[in-house]
Amino acid sequence: MSGKSILVDTSKCTACRGCQVACKQWNQLEGTKTKNVGSYENPQDLSGQTWKIVRFTEGKNGSGKAYWHFFSEQCRHCLTPGCMAEVEKGEIVQDEKTGAVVYTPKTKDLDFKATLEGCPYNIPRKNEKSGVLVKCTMCLDRVQADLLPACVKSCPTGAMQFGDRDAILAAAEKRVAELKKTNPKAEAINADDVRVIYLVVDPKKCYSLAAGK
Amino acid sequence: MTNHWIDIKNSDCILITGSNAAENHPISMKWVEKARENGAKLISVDPRFTRTSAVADFYTALRSGTDIAFLGGMLNYIIENEKYFKDYAANYTNASFIIGDKFKFEDGLFAGYDPKKRKYDKSFWGLKRDSKGVAERDLTLKNPRCVFQLLKEHYSRYTLEKVSGITGTPVDDLKKVYEMYASTGTKDKVGTIMYAMGWTQHTVGTQNIRTMAIIQLLLGNIGMAGGGVNALRGESNVQGSTDHCILYHIWPGYLKTPKASQATLAAYNTKYTPKTGDPISANWWGNYPKYSVSMLKSFFGDKATKKNDFGYSWLPKLDDGVNYSWLNLFDTMYNGTIKGFFAWGMNPACSGANANKNRQALAKLDWLVNVNLFDNETGSFWKGPGMDPKKIKTEVFMLPCAASVEKEGSITNSGRWAQWRYKAGNPAGDSKPDGEIMTDLMNAIKKVYAKGGKFPEPIVNLKWDYTTKGTFDSHKVAKEINGYFLEDVEFKKKGKKFKKGDLVPSFAYLKDDGSTSSGNWLYCNSYTNKGNMMARRGKDDPTGLGLYSGWSWCWPVNRRIIYNRASVDLNGNPWNPKRPVVKWTGPKTKWVGDVPDGGWPPMSNAEKTKRPFIMKPDGVASVFGPGRADGPFPEHYEPLESPVAKNAMSSQFNNPAIKIFDGPMDPFAKNDPKFPVVATTYRVTEHWQTGVLTRWQPWLIETQPQLFVEISEELAKERGIKNGEPAKVTSARGEVAAVAIVTTRFRPFKVAGKTVHQVGLPWCFGWVTPKDGGDSANLLSPNVGDANTMIPETKAFMVNVEKA
Repeated sequence: MSGKSILVDTSKCTACRGCQVACKQWNQLEGTKTKNVGSYENPQDLSGQTWKIVRFTEGKNGSGKAYWHFFSEQCRHCLTPGCMAEVEKGEIVQDEKTGAVVYTPKTKDLDFKATLEGCPYNIPRKNEKSGVLVKCTMCLDRVQADLLPACVKSCPTGAMQFGDRDAILAAAEKRVAELKKTNPKAEAINADDVRVIYLVVDPKKCYSLAAGK
Repeated sequence: MTNHWIDIKNSDCILITGSNAAENHPISMKWVEKARENGAKLISVDPRFTRTSAVADFYTALRSGTDIAFLGGMLNYIIENEKYFKDYAANYTNASFIIGDKFKFEDGLFAGYDPKKRKYDKSFWGLKRDSKGVAERDLTLKNPRCVFQLLKEHYSRYTLEKVSGITGTPVDDLKKVYEMYASTGTKDKVGTIMYAMGWTQHTVGTQNIRTMAIIQLLLGNIGMAGGGVNALRGESNVQGSTDHCILYHIWPGYLKTPKASQATLAAYNTKYTPKTGDPISANWWGNYPKYSVSMLKSFFGDKATKKNDFGYSWLPKLDDGVNYSWLNLFDTMYNGTIKGFFAWGMNPACSGANANKNRQALAKLDWLVNVNLFDNETGSFWKGPGMDPKKIKTEVFMLPCAASVEKEGSITNSGRWAQWRYKAGNPAGDSKPDGEIMTDLMNAIKKVYAKGGKFPEPIVNLKWDYTTKGTFDSHKVAKEINGYFLEDVEFKKKGKKFKKGDLVPSFAYLKDDGSTSSGNWLYCNSYTNKGNMMARRGKDDPTGLGLYSGWSWCWPVNRRIIYNRASVDLNGNPWNPKRPVVKWTGPKTKWVGDVPDGGWPPMSNAEKTKRPFIMKPDGVASVFGPGRADGPFPEHYEPLESPVAKNAMSSQFNNPAIKIFDGPMDPFAKNDPKFPVVATTYRVTEHWQTGVLTRWQPWLIETQPQLFVEISEELAKERGIKNGEPAKVTSARGEVAAVAIVTTRFRPFKVAGKTVHQVGLPWCFGWVTPKDGGDSANLLSPNVGDANTMIPETKAFMVNVEKA
């Protein structure tokens, strides 16, 4: 089974944050109290109430021109999830059909620190009230009803695509080839290991978060 | 928009300037990305590097308020390097027309200026015409007094060095943008402009757009798929509200509001019905009386008769020479003349320039009705910052209204598509759709006036039958807007007969004898005997251009790209056969493709043709625009508040035709060292307008919680402000507290050899909610308007920024 995948083409992302808000809406997560700390990025990190955030990174390139990179962060739904290392009683499961990595209510019995350390991308969080570990579900409930994940559905620019993994891998390969004409460093990050594949033009400098540890 | 959203995908070069499409019109980027997949280039020009700039192929900055200099330089580049599309410009624009002898331009002033009145006598700008009124032309464009040659002379002054010294844009960057965009001056390439308030909200706003229109005409980009001049409207239905006369100077469908001196309908119609001597000019506005009379019939029904001028005298007239636009309304309110005010879906305490003045003006009212979904800074002005509720006599009524998804009706998007929407749910609590509130209100007023009162005729005679079983019915309104035959009518030439009560199929059937009604002639064809055209959901796209002619309905007569007969050569063959909007296929099958701008044969049929720009009396587009208040060619003037001491182009510092308010609440800074920093305002993706709908929404306020001011690293260093620290921004009119975002996305400009800093703030916050969110950036902006439209200059003014 090859399951499903999401392609996030950061070259088309305009950081409208529709995905971030759609995630909260579908999953009925709370809006948290925030402050502006000198950036558009808010909330400041993933949390029990925030499973997806758009990261903003700005700076100057070699010729002194400004850049502003946007990276809409979420669980990668790894093919071999590091966060499952501690799992003994089915606290975290991989959905057979889609490959989505799903945290069950039983995750409240897991060692949060160990689970977090197992994740190369610093994704899992703990719901403070219930103690349950939480993160992006790939909107499995929507996908099982033949709907797109909420974030993909909300994306206005075509930066996010959802589909069968084989088709997504092919689309990623095609797009990388197109982008390489003008950005030789373009790549689909860790495409062989993850289901949420980020396509970036310059991974080392601008997308350290995307590449993971 | 001359074109429409989907059409952006057909472009080869997309210039986004005077707008920030990615942040304020996110969905538009879908079509920008589609165009780029086909090889299109995206250029972003903005004082600040935005989320649009982040995805652009090329970005450069200009100082706020210098767009005419920037674009004037582009015109100079296009002309000097012969990048223009000569056949197009010569045949379809007035570039070939000869300008009259009285016209001249000297040191920033056009002929006919009266400095006392700050007004031009436009008769100095007339074109040379023969005894029949036909304009003299030189199709070779060589006559030294032809529009093209005078245009060339005018913009030869806008050299790269001069422009760079004004805009602060490096010469190399100017060249790069000019080269990229001017490459669309060929038959097979087309460029588009996506602009918004970043161009309009200036004292030279209208002329900013005019400059780009001239560029598009010289490059042959109007009427073409992927081209046009495209205003990205700031609200989902602002196009619809403009079409239906939300502005004071127009009746529905861009008919003119009558003036007091136009005592009779005949005088009014004569004044606004243009004449042409050119036998091949359609002069479509020659139909004006059909549209004005049909509108009066729609307003007053059977009470409107030939004998009483169809009720013309019952509609309000403007006093001659008086301007009733927003800034003047609030000035009049501040001066105590206006006693009552409906703020309907508006939040002027935050949205209006010099918002402090607006807030003070509200305190002068006897009553204020605030119709909105939520409490806002307008309805609660009396308990706002600096207000003493005990001293304010204004009685405020809060009327809760339904949200857009809680009612049925049409919205018209920027691309002129009127799309019918169904109701998704019932309004919450006691809130009601606007139509229902208006119906109840007018019913009550009619009841009072039925008993008598001053000048009751307009009210008692108003046709007011838009309810079904006592409830407001948007279908009835939509049909009224389209219009009815009021008696049996036969059109012998067209071989058509209609019965009383039939819906009029299109405005070509409207009449000036009282036998038809139409609330808005431009929408005649939107709701016909065939049904509600706006509710159509056809997904066919036979041309592949994304016209989707069977989806919803667009004005005029479902024409998706206007001026489309300019997209063909004189024989009716598309300039670009790969993207044919319309094509002439012969006298029997005529035009195929989009609905053409009139069905006449192409220009090669000298007897039967009509020129493509049918709304202009001469049938051509205006490179030379003698109708504007501030000159027929756009000229650079500094914003009212500017960082420079001298206008580098002339000794006219500001636009000579603007109105300058001089009351106690109208201060402005002129080269004042206290306010050395240029400021602009903008919106963010996460909030809508003043934030009345979005600041209450936890998921949105979480993403953009507080007012911020974006400042360059250089200015931050000068002022000792670190990223994320609180700052204070002041202008001659007010101050706000804001979090400093110190960023490389703003850079200091080199203007006339001097370093000029610029900052920017969003205007989506207000004191009502959230409590620590800050207040409106419009507390800083000046109440000065464009010379033509009076839209306020909120995009370029002077401030100071300090550490708080």
